[in-house]
Amino acid sequence: MDNQVDQTSKIIKTIKIDIDKCNGCRACEVICSAFHAMPKYSSNNPARSRIRVIREPLRDVYVPVLAGEYTVSECAGRDKYTIDGKQYEECAFCRASCPSREEFKEPDSGLPLKCDMCEGEDEPLCVKWCLVDALTIEERQEKVEDLEQSLALEDLEIGLESLADKFGMDKIMDVLVRMNEKE
Amino acid sequence: MRFAETGFNLEIDLTRGNIEKIATNSRDTELYLGGLGTNAKILWDRVPPEVEAFSPENLLIFGAGLLCGTPATGCNRTIVTTISPQTKLMAFSMMGGFWAPELKYAGYDKLVLSGKSEKLVYLYIHNDSVEICDASHLKGKGSIETATLLKKELNQPKAQVAAIGMAGENRVYYASIEQGRSSASRGGIGAVMGDKGVKAIVVRGTMDINIAKPLEYMELCNGVLEYIKYREDHPIPGVMPILAGLGSPQEMKVHDEKWHTENFMWGNSRTRRKDFWTKEIEKEWTDTMVNARTRLISCFNCPMECGATLSLPGLPTYMMKCFTKLTYTMGAFSDLDFGLRIAQKATEYGLDGFSAPQVMAFALELLENDILTDDDFPDMPADNEGRFYYLLDKIVRREGIGDILADGTHWAAKKIGKGASKYAHNNIKKHEQLPLKLSMLNPIYFLMYATGEKMNITQIEGQFPQAPFPKKEHREKFCEDWIQVPHEKFKQYFIDWELRGENSIPFYPNVEMTCDIVDWQEMMHYIDDALGQCAGLSSFPLKPPYHIHNYPKFIEAGAGIDMDEEKLTRAAKRYRTLVRAINIRRGMRRKDEKPPANHWKKRFPELEEKLLDGYYKLKGWNDEGIPTKETLDELGLDFVGKDFLARGILKEDESLSGKACTKGQDIVEEKENKSGGPGS
Repeated sequence: MDNQVDQTSKIIKTIKIDIDKCNGCRACEVICSAFHAMPKYSSNNPARSRIRVIREPLRDVYVPVLAGEYTVSECAGRDKYTIDGKQYEECAFCRASCPSREEFKEPDSGLPLKCDMCEGEDEPLCVKWCLVDALTIEERQEKVEDLEQSLALEDLEIGLESLADKFGMDKIMDVLVRMNEKE
Repeated sequence: MRFAETGFNLEIDLTRGNIEKIATNSRDTELYLGGLGTNAKILWDRVPPEVEAFSPENLLIFGAGLLCGTPATGCNRTIVTTISPQTKLMAFSMMGGFWAPELKYAGYDKLVLSGKSEKLVYLYIHNDSVEICDASHLKGKGSIETATLLKKELNQPKAQVAAIGMAGENRVYYASIEQGRSSASRGGIGAVMGDKGVKAIVVRGTMDINIAKPLEYMELCNGVLEYIKYREDHPIPGVMPILAGLGSPQEMKVHDEKWHTENFMWGNSRTRRKDFWTKEIEKEWTDTMVNARTRLISCFNCPMECGATLSLPGLPTYMMKCFTKLTYTMGAFSDLDFGLRIAQKATEYGLDGFSAPQVMAFALELLENDILTDDDFPDMPADNEGRFYYLLDKIVRREGIGDILADGTHWAAKKIGKGASKYAHNNIKKHEQLPLKLSMLNPIYFLMYATGEKMNITQIEGQFPQAPFPKKEHREKFCEDWIQVPHEKFKQYFIDWELRGENSIPFYPNVEMTCDIVDWQEMMHYIDDALGQCAGLSSFPLKPPYHIHNYPKFIEAGAGIDMDEEKLTRAAKRYRTLVRAINIRRGMRRKDEKPPANHWKKRFPELEEKLLDGYYKLKGWNDEGIPTKETLDELGLDFVGKDFLARGILKEDESLSGKACTKGQDIVEEKENKSGGPGS
């Protein structure tokens, strides 16, 4: 029964990350930024990518991280993890677009970026382009209720929300009205 | 809008501290593509032959290839161009890694350095912000150490750093520019960077690279990835493991070193050890490598894992690729543990892994043969390994005998005299070569060694199998899916090639076939060097994913330049001829175009002359190797022809050009005398 897809559950695709297999080449960043360019593939810039390889070659730290939710403030804890004898900052695994770091923000506007699993493609392109299999796709079943709760905000909404956090809703409304008048 | 390239060069005059962002001419891209091609054009235009390597007028050009920073897999090379202190010719060195794409994302296709800074500085390029900063605190620091310090100091963990070590600061003629896991090593370009007073170049870029025809370009890129996967599953049968797959020779991955250790020469490229590779040594060396290696790593946007991070107990971590794995080991008749340990130091010092061990072995040979004496090596340890560490330190500090050895075997031998030149026996155009001594002349390799202006065989050879397969059916099978050939005739050349008998080396492939093969091999390398594509996915391995049939499409879809095979072939010929013109103007002639005298035991002087004649003719060069007026005009290089006429290198009457070349030789000799001292 578990494998059956019924009305209450759905196949969810997740990207599985094997940091031991990462060769640090950043092909994932390249293809991600190309795919999300407008028009599609018309430009390329890893600084716009929604996946980042947190990379410290001399310490053998290679962690591909996919952009997750935007957060208005940085978290209090800055724990350190030691795994296999190597020390990692907690931030190395964190998916948040957060004020405390450069990752997952548009370089021009500073607006947050979020992975959308390359909507419309058979599989996320970072996975397709990772020939060393540090990134693979894994499917699992989840109940629909959970799914609804975790439904992502659209790009526009995420952007607006972050702007509202930064400048306040009133200011945003003012600007929108003004822009509207200009047109 | 410009596509694939940014359309801007960053020009820094270090004497005046002037920084300028210069818009480039898109017409030059059409004619010379980018990378090496446009580097050569700048060098021709701005560095006349009177300018010496350590003159402020010499330029040090870091060119990102035309397609660097686009999604084309493996396209990440920086082509570094300058005048070499060692060869006095155009230095031709490249590095993979991450630096070139970062420069493109910062908004520049090239960084052109001129002049000299009085104080040691580093350059910090962050998009439109460019600074020349004091580097006095970095003096004497290692190249990797410098990169780590600067990234921390500038709080730029994602910046890419190209740096020199002590060897570059002290202008060692075989000093490299190191960049994390890659280096531009050949020709002493690190010495020129040191002479200009630049310790490091830090780059961080967060801007876009545009693609002319996005969907077409992506289809091409995906095609390359598919072919790489196909080749991973279909290694070439019948060749040694390091040549069966794609990428640079997989020295970090493959443990079986029977072929290198038993066929390459040990010491000062002298001794072949035919039964060296025993089970015990295999186990010991495999253990050494497995214990040292923490990870196999790649350059920017490339799935091939040609490099490795190495951590040896008690030493700082460093990164390595390819054949430096064995050069120190074999130069010193030692083991792999020693080789990897001393390479760590040499990498921090920033030294070419091909030249450095040979220079040290050369010095010890001179000592054994009483040309140098114990007095030349005060306090040198008695043990073999200790002597190599001693020499390494003396050389990079230019202390005592190290000051002479720092100029490389050719110049050191001249200065030492007493017949020392006999021991500087493994050079081409004054530059140390891979330690190979073989039996029967191979016509293909003869031509590549003789005429290749990159002066490093691994960056000249490729595509065509190094030797015939024993059975015809295997050769035929190889040809079945050999899509990379520019012309069907190459398949027949290979099918008819036998190990023995009439159709074997040195007389088969015949002169015409040999010229065709070498011309193809060279063309592919030159295209790679303009586009920034690593030879490991293109011109070096058998059956690579990039070739003459898909490259024009990449250029057209990526850079938006109308391109077909014919136009691309012509462009490659154009800047290849320009590279030759630069060197001809600096005095290079036919007499310089020869492999080391002892490279093969069995030589065929008459055949060798015919090969050179045939190749020069195919290239449109005269008997002295000088491009003819017709060739130059036909390629749109009439400005070169005019210059050659004005300098008397060519005469209106072609038949006189032989005489003119004597004058060229005089120029070279005179310059050699003038530039005797290391401080010149």
